Amino acid sequence: MNKIEAKKVNVFYGDKQALFDINMDIPERQVTALIGPSGCGKSTFLRCLNRMNDVIEICKVEGEIKINDYDINQKSTDVVRLREKIGMVFQKPNPFPKTLYENISYGPEIHGMAQSKDELDQIVEDSLKKAALWNEVKDRLNEPGTGLSGGQQQRLCIARAISVKPEVILMDEPCSALDPIATAQIEELIDELKKEHTIVIVTHSMSQAARVSQQTGFFHLGKLIEVGSTDKIFKNPNQQQTQDYITGRFG
Amino acid sequence: MINREEFLNKRYKAEKRFQMYGKTAIILALLFLAVFLFKIFSTGYTAFQKTWIIVPINYDPEFMYLDANQKPSMEDLQDSEYFDVGIESFAALDQNANEDQITDIKRMFAFIFEEEIKDHILSNPDDFGKIVEVKLTASDDLDQVFKGNYPRDLPEERRRVNDYQLNIFDRLNSEGKVVSNFNFSFFTNADSREAELAGIASSFMGSLFSILVCLAVSFPVALLAAIYLEEFAPKNRLTDFIEVNINNLAAVPSIVFGLLGLGVLLAVFGLPRSTPLVGGITLSLMTLPTIIIAARASLKAVPPSIREAALAMGASKMQTTLHHTVPLSLPGTLSGTIIGLAQALGETAPLILIGMVAFVNTIPGSPMDPAASLPVQIYIWAESAERGFVEKVSACIMVLLIFLVLMNLAAQMIRHKFEKKWN
Repeated sequence: MNKIEAKKVNVFYGDKQALFDINMDIPERQVTALIGPSGCGKSTFLRCLNRMNDVIEICKVEGEIKINDYDINQKSTDVVRLREKIGMVFQKPNPFPKTLYENISYGPEIHGMAQSKDELDQIVEDSLKKAALWNEVKDRLNEPGTGLSGGQQQRLCIARAISVKPEVILMDEPCSALDPIATAQIEELIDELKKEHTIVIVTHSMSQAARVSQQTGFFHLGKLIEVGSTDKIFKNPNQQQTQDYITGRFG
Repeated sequence: MINREEFLNKRYKAEKRFQMYGKTAIILALLFLAVFLFKIFSTGYTAFQKTWIIVPINYDPEFMYLDANQKPSMEDLQDSEYFDVGIESFAALDQNANEDQITDIKRMFAFIFEEEIKDHILSNPDDFGKIVEVKLTASDDLDQVFKGNYPRDLPEERRRVNDYQLNIFDRLNSEGKVVSNFNFSFFTNADSREAELAGIASSFMGSLFSILVCLAVSFPVALLAAIYLEEFAPKNRLTDFIEVNINNLAAVPSIVFGLLGLGVLLAVFGLPRSTPLVGGITLSLMTLPTIIIAARASLKAVPPSIREAALAMGASKMQTTLHHTVPLSLPGTLSGTIIGLAQALGETAPLILIGMVAFVNTIPGSPMDPAASLPVQIYIWAESAERGFVEKVSACIMVLLIFLVLMNLAAQMIRHKFEKKWN
């Protein structure tokens, strides 16, 4: 079943067109990887999915993006509700300069998800457990989130994203600032999270795409060149361009 | 063909020379500062000492127009006259003094000698009818004589203190009747035409009220303006125009704001003249752009990733701003605010225009009472002819400088404390 269906998505930054007629279906409870060389528009596409491009004043998005059969790209869409359903993890770990606890509790608090302090405590604990961070930080929840290591900070950001129980989690190169061990931990976590969440991940590392994803889309110069099962894309792509990129002939 | 060895040597020399210029500049600047501070402190420190003359006061019932045979009530003492008590006691300092000489002796004391004599008997009613020694404030001229600031070798007709007074003073001094103590009244008195009585209480309170009003008006307005411009306003020609104008406003000479205060606050709104309320509002016009610029700069310095994180969690724009951006920018905003206030504290011109230059001999109890301010007080005293005001000017400058240094220190501390917390 498809969680997200994008039809004829065009994105403009001022006069410059960044994405051209993107059509892509993203299946539920699977990991979809978006790969491609720098500046190909994969991050732009990802940011369309939770309307983060709204922040950029000159950015204009056209086309239809349906999530659960609802077009999020219409004016009446409530972005606050949308972003509650669609979490996001960024390239550079960006915990709030607050305590670990406050980092996690912030989302549930602004969305009124907890009736009591106990309930909130439970959400914080669950989220940290799901992000495989609980054991490392349970004794120092009142310490600043910025005091953790890079890998821990990124897992904290994942815990923060899942604290509001989103249906979809968008990850924008979540491991590019991390060392191989922290990267392995995050990849393991992604595998775990796909049981409950639909995940879309932008990555520069083709091996990472091959390891974690079930579906892969290859972007180049603002166009979606090819999309298909990860196996097929990596072993037997339809397009020559994809083949060239995968084998490292360009990009 | 360039000799490379020589070329390199030239470069090193040029570098050394450049560093030397920098060091020279710093040494020069420090020298100016040292001269300035030395001048201020060496002329000013004596103002914190004050001279008293101990005089045997004859609380004779006759001079007080009271019945000698009956112990007077407190009301009687309160209502009684003390001028004659003073004059008779002064006359006793020199048995052979004639009328003029007694007047000369009287002039050796501050005009409040009556009060001082009265205050003594009110707190020691048992001294009624006795001769007791009372400390009386010396006139500012003798104060200066005692401090060694008075040119005694001038010809007599060019001195405000004549030889007769100096003789009496020297005699009393050799008897140990002239004492010098810490000058509390400098901090507790309002301004006065008499240098020995003049204090900074009125101007200090005036300055304090002014900057409190200034803070109360400018901080919220500036903060809201900065938040709106930085976080919410669309980037277009209008907001560019506003930004340019805010920067221009910061460069407007302060006297122009004084005229605005005079023309609008006093003339149109009819607010009370010479009050810290008007002074504070006028100064806030000046502080406003400074705070807006500081607040915008520190809002800009908040990493965009924090805003993105909050927005991606589904926080609204306002929640993102109030929960994350503003708290993170606050240390910078606050230290900018304090620096703006410190500027306002040292401002004289706009206050002169709105009438805070008036002679105020009462201590203001609220921002609605007439008051002076520290820099204006310096200006008023610097214009006064009496020798006694010279040291007062320097002392007032010292108080103002200390006030400013403390404010800047507070700005530093706020910045330091909150920035360290998370990084």
